Amino acid sequence: MGVRIDVTNLNAWYGTNHTLQDITLNIPANHATALIGPSGCGKSTFVRCLNRMHETNPIARVTGTVRIGDLDIYNDAKPVQVRRRVGMVFQRPNPFPTMSIYDNVASGLKLNGYANRRVLDEIVEKSLKNSALWDEVKDDLKKKSGASLSGGQQQRLCIARALAVDPEVLLMDEPASALDPVSTSKIEDLIFQLKSQYTIVIVTHNMQQAARVAEKTGFFLNGRMVEFDSTHKIFTNPSDKRTEDYITGRFG
Amino acid sequence: MTRIRFQRSLDELKENLLMMAGLAEQAIQRAIEAYRVRDLSICDLVSRSENAINRLERDIDQAALDLLAMEQPMAIDLRFILSVIKINADLERVGDAAKSISDRVRNMEQMAVADLPVDIPRMATLSAEMVRKSLQAFIEADADIARNVLTMDDAVDAMNRAAYKSLTKVMEEQSHIAPQALNALMISRALERVADHATNIAEDVIFWVQGDDVRHRKSVAAQKEKDAKTTAS
Repeated sequence: MGVRIDVTNLNAWYGTNHTLQDITLNIPANHATALIGPSGCGKSTFVRCLNRMHETNPIARVTGTVRIGDLDIYNDAKPVQVRRRVGMVFQRPNPFPTMSIYDNVASGLKLNGYANRRVLDEIVEKSLKNSALWDEVKDDLKKKSGASLSGGQQQRLCIARALAVDPEVLLMDEPASALDPVSTSKIEDLIFQLKSQYTIVIVTHNMQQAARVAEKTGFFLNGRMVEFDSTHKIFTNPSDKRTEDYITGRFG
Repeated sequence: MTRIRFQRSLDELKENLLMMAGLAEQAIQRAIEAYRVRDLSICDLVSRSENAINRLERDIDQAALDLLAMEQPMAIDLRFILSVIKINADLERVGDAAKSISDRVRNMEQMAVADLPVDIPRMATLSAEMVRKSLQAFIEADADIARNVLTMDDAVDAMNRAAYKSLTKVMEEQSHIAPQALNALMISRALERVADHATNIAEDVIFWVQGDDVRHRKSVAAQKEKDAKTTAS
């Protein structure tokens, strides 16, 4: 099951660049939450702070508190533990090109010490079913490489890989921006199904996509969160003029 | 400022709706004038403007549909386009009501003048004022003016109820002027509908400007009160 995410006074820097400023936000469990805003506003940095990926850059720094469920991820856990609970899917599908479809999904499990073939088979099948890819690849699991799939299938394979380690949170950084409309629609349907089991945070530039898949939406601008509310409110009658100007295309 | 082409299309949509509004307002004023002076040439003008209103209604709906499909508007732009579509329909109905009044005037022209216990000119003035104010609210994007229009509707409703009561009595008791009373009753009903359309337009302006859906507030509140009483007993 998904868990709630509580972010308090989060600040992030790249060198001297203060990219996130005092973000406080409560993301509800088992919902999809969309983050929107112009390029460079800090939304991707924000999601990278939710699984401690931001700090992988040597000049990056984070202060503040992030709780995933009851786990304080900066004070009570190591990055590896955090990333096991928080899966991430990126803009461009990044399957391991030389691995089979099966091995792509099983890779995270193997790294975590799973060796029992029967257990691995079960989890791979379940993950591919959950990512709506099973029917398309079940006959070629070990014959075809991940790179042989189409862009949309590769992205669903990456989702399966993220789901295989049984996370509580799924972060998606523009997961459909490199996909055609049909593949995009499959990813959106998938998000809709997955949120009953996971807490989903999705960064997107596509506002219609945010409106379609998310119950909550946050608008970021210049490293600050300007407004966070129900998606319905944000897209029909936002409280802040800057949000309205952005979503109506008057700047950005 | 970005999306210049989109902004221009929104301005064009507003201009076309204002043109439509001008025609509808003129039609209702002409119909009232035709009733007042019993002039059939004015009725002809009302009929002619109805065709123009109908044409414009289709054009505005098409333009609004194109914007929804091509531009995926959000927030205030989305509310504006939805309001335009609804106001457009209400203005077309105002045109229909004007035509209906002018048809009754044509009918009455063939009958003897009768002294009827109904003040159609007063009711017409109030209904036309509501249309004028609701359109002013739209032009100025002013929710306060629109809310003021909402408070005027009860008076027109009351006049229509009074007209119904007095004119049906005339029909029962003075059968020789029953046809005139029936025509007056239908005019009263048309004016009451005009006031309802003005109310709808005012509600749409409030929704566009403030995002506040004020429709059916009274009936919803009354139902809640009724439910609360049922629960308590």
